[in-house]
Amino acid sequence: MKSFTYERAQSPREAAAAVERVQGAKFIAGGTNLLDLMKLEIETPVHLIDVNGLALDKIEPTAEGGLRIGALVRNTDLAADARVRRDYGVLSRALLAGASGQLRNKATTAGNLLQRTRCPYFYDTNQPCNKRQPGSGCGALAGFSRQHAVIGGSEACIATHPSDMAVAMRALDAVIETVRADGTVRRIPIADFYRTPGNTPHLETALMPGELITAVVLPKPVGGVHVYRKVRDRVSYAFALVSVGAIVQPDGSGRVALGGVAHKPWRMEVAERALPRGAKAVSEQLLAGAKPTHENEFKLPLVERTLQAVLTQARS
Amino acid sequence: MRFDSPSTTNPIDQLKVVGHPLDRIDGPFKTTGTARYAYEQHDVVANQAYGYVVGAAIAKGRIVSMDLAAAQAAPGVVAIVTAENAGKLSKGSLNTAMLLGGPQIQHYHQAVALVVAETFEQARAAASLVRVTYARENGAFDLAAARDTAPLRQGESGGASIGDFPGAFAAAPVQQDATYTTPDQSHAMMEPHASIAAWDGDKLTVWTSNQMIAWGVRDLAITLGVPRENVRLVSPYIGGGFGGKLFPRSDLLLASLGARIARRPVKVALTRPLIANNTTHRPATIQRIRIGATADGKITAIGHESWSGNLRGGSPENAIQQTRLLYAGANRLTAVRLAVLDLPEGNAMRAPGEAPGLMALEIAMDEMAEKLNIDPVEFRILNDTQVDPEHPERRFSQRQLVECLRLGAERFAWAERKAQPAQVRDGRWLVGMGVAAGFRNNLVTPSGARVRLDGRGVVTVETDMTDIGTGSYTIIAQTAAEMMGVDIEKVVVRLGDSRFPISAGSGGQWGANMATSGVYAACVKLREAVAQKLGFNSSDAAFRDGYVQQGNRRVSLGEAAGEAGLSAEDTIEFGDLSRRYQQSTFAAHFVEVGVDAATAEVRMRRMLAVAAAGRILNPKSARSQMIGAMTMGVGGALMEELAVDKRQGFFVNHDLAGYEVPVHADIHNQEVIFLDEVDPMSSPMKAKGVGELGLCGVSAAIANAVYNATGVRVRDYPVTLDKLITGLPA
Repeated sequence: MKSFTYERAQSPREAAAAVERVQGAKFIAGGTNLLDLMKLEIETPVHLIDVNGLALDKIEPTAEGGLRIGALVRNTDLAADARVRRDYGVLSRALLAGASGQLRNKATTAGNLLQRTRCPYFYDTNQPCNKRQPGSGCGALAGFSRQHAVIGGSEACIATHPSDMAVAMRALDAVIETVRADGTVRRIPIADFYRTPGNTPHLETALMPGELITAVVLPKPVGGVHVYRKVRDRVSYAFALVSVGAIVQPDGSGRVALGGVAHKPWRMEVAERALPRGAKAVSEQLLAGAKPTHENEFKLPLVERTLQAVLTQARS
Repeated sequence: MRFDSPSTTNPIDQLKVVGHPLDRIDGPFKTTGTARYAYEQHDVVANQAYGYVVGAAIAKGRIVSMDLAAAQAAPGVVAIVTAENAGKLSKGSLNTAMLLGGPQIQHYHQAVALVVAETFEQARAAASLVRVTYARENGAFDLAAARDTAPLRQGESGGASIGDFPGAFAAAPVQQDATYTTPDQSHAMMEPHASIAAWDGDKLTVWTSNQMIAWGVRDLAITLGVPRENVRLVSPYIGGGFGGKLFPRSDLLLASLGARIARRPVKVALTRPLIANNTTHRPATIQRIRIGATADGKITAIGHESWSGNLRGGSPENAIQQTRLLYAGANRLTAVRLAVLDLPEGNAMRAPGEAPGLMALEIAMDEMAEKLNIDPVEFRILNDTQVDPEHPERRFSQRQLVECLRLGAERFAWAERKAQPAQVRDGRWLVGMGVAAGFRNNLVTPSGARVRLDGRGVVTVETDMTDIGTGSYTIIAQTAAEMMGVDIEKVVVRLGDSRFPISAGSGGQWGANMATSGVYAACVKLREAVAQKLGFNSSDAAFRDGYVQQGNRRVSLGEAAGEAGLSAEDTIEFGDLSRRYQQSTFAAHFVEVGVDAATAEVRMRRMLAVAAAGRILNPKSARSQMIGAMTMGVGGALMEELAVDKRQGFFVNHDLAGYEVPVHADIHNQEVIFLDEVDPMSSPMKAKGVGELGLCGVSAAIANAVYNATGVRVRDYPVTLDKLITGLPA
């Protein structure tokens, strides 16, 4: 770990200004991912701005009938919120499928969105990784790739996004609210928030330097049956091989987002029109153009079978 | 004491303390954090500096240059150890690779430097400033590709050819011939390797985490080139070892070198990402098994060949061991082949040989039973043998495998299993049952102890035996209490210090039986000393309730010992009983799994082990050994695999996020039954061991249950959903 300086921010704008001011500065909230990465010198911030003191830890109703989730709301609290449990079940279930109780107590809503990949080549600084060190190559592409992306990747990177929560947020059409040093507020639909890796896998989101997430806004509830199904080798405390977040309406329409298959939560609204025709039709569209490796091609049938099980569960 | 004839009645047979499910005497220390593990020995020596290990970034090649300037100039740095300034180092007798690499690099993450600083954080930060330039060389990293280059292992351990295997197999009416693979596995013990070293002149003391104190002393002395008597090794508590801490690893050597160069005590722990590649692992295997049988299920030919790889000079994973002894059959072929691979050093992990060997053999037995249309429990019973099949004049000292299988089948309701796979559904789950035999040899080796009786009647036992979480403290206390006729509260046990008599140590599941036998021997001597002092005839004197009594004369032990106390020391040594009789432990493992009909996720539902392993010294700690081992078997069956990058030559998933072991949620219903057995051939304790037996066969029972649930036969471990998903029933 490199030495770093540290300050506690007093307001969101001030925090944003501090990161903008100091080259190589980063925000820290729960620190459940950042501190690990700093110990391994995968992240080497020279300055940390602690945002835990900002009053961004409330869950409030919006005028539109949705919920505004403060960036600092802990995963445990979000999963347990009665409104979330009632109206946004897919989110509560996704949160509880992730990490462990201890980590969820610490991890924040915004931090969860910004988790880095768990690709082992990203984690080993002796190995090439375009995400960690642009231009160094991708170790996973012809290496150990069982966990990796099957769609939306590139020759530069086949890492997946590890978050469960983000998959549910994508299914719910959440909107990410940010603030910049000059006070500019942006509202970024989650569909536009994550980038595919392309030739710049080190750029993961639409956030500008210094831009601070202040909240995640959920639109008003859409009803339906909410399911989150995470498939993994052990029962708990493992990243998804594949996960499916789904909201299924009584008329058979609905929404489907996938985890564990791409550089970002994977959803295609156009594919959802095929929902009444069943899992196969939806999966074929969701995964059209997929480029799995020999080690992860099992994810293609796994997505379809998991979605089938999710739809069966939702309709029973 | 020499043990060379079968044990007759002795004081242990009273079973007043031995054989009872007593709580661990070290339990409260562990639960209150007062049991100090190696890295926590903050107060044993002042002025400890922190070392941080730098691992090689290549698998094979040479260091061209090292630039230490930036690291040396970093805040807090006290010293940097490399091969350049370490002085002449030798290789320990049990090591395959050098613990400190350079200029030659033998495997990925081989230590190339230790950075010593005032704080851990400073050492870690400076370590990242060490700049190493390597000249990379091509290596062999793929066992399957190297398979054909692997020469046959010669000698007794390399296998045997009995009768006419090829002829008998070819002539067998029913044949089974398949190849199985097991992956490289990591010990993944909770406590990382850690050591604190301090020099006082030319005398070295190390506080470390080591299963075999005497091996540690010997190999550290050899490596450093110092006299053995100048090295003291202390390891009172060990947070798991599983064979990964049998002999010195880089933490121990580098702490010693760091302390010498820094001229102050140095502590070193291996970070989790280093452990998979820097230390040892269980090597992967390829195993071909052929079984020929008559139509009514009698095995006429059994063949087991195993391939594994290791660094040059390393040894093979001896996966054929159990096949030489487990089942009858007149014509037999076993062979071991070892390829040279440039992956990290392979070595012992819990039940080396038998664990991966049974993973393969016990699937083959399941496959053969199905071909024969015989229940797999019955097929195993049908081929039981009470003698060593290679040397029929050698009987087993005790062999209750059939009893284990029968009792297990009854308790598990095995009769409800459907012989045809993929027949049972419970909601979303495809349900299946599997069985496998467990087998692990009982090994005997000398073990010593010293016993002291003081004026308060307190018995203190000292031996360099270790407690790696197994319960050694408790069973040793039980043994001394039984022998001396005192309550267990009157016994103090001190372990894991090379100043104490040399014991068998913790390995090969021999620790319980050997260490307590050593204590037994020392207590026999102490009883003689007490009797002699009182003028009693030692064979007539009774030791009970804190007194020694002969006829009408009764003296408290404290009074007998007097102010000066009495002490005795002895070592149990073994004659040829283990050559005249085959000594082994046996189990039957039964499991029920659910396989998700959609995703093919495998989840455990029930596990039962029935074990016959001689006298069970403490049913509670023995049960803990068994259920821990069964849990490890779940890992081996369903998730554990060190993934090899065959281009870069390293284990990729080198942390506990990538190398998955079972978590609590994976393990539900575990049951253990011990058969009532004593084995007078094994030792005066009439015990054997269960720490490895509990693992042996479990993974195959699970693989067989998955087959029974789904109809998909997976012969390559771990049995993960990707190997099942396209074959699931519609």
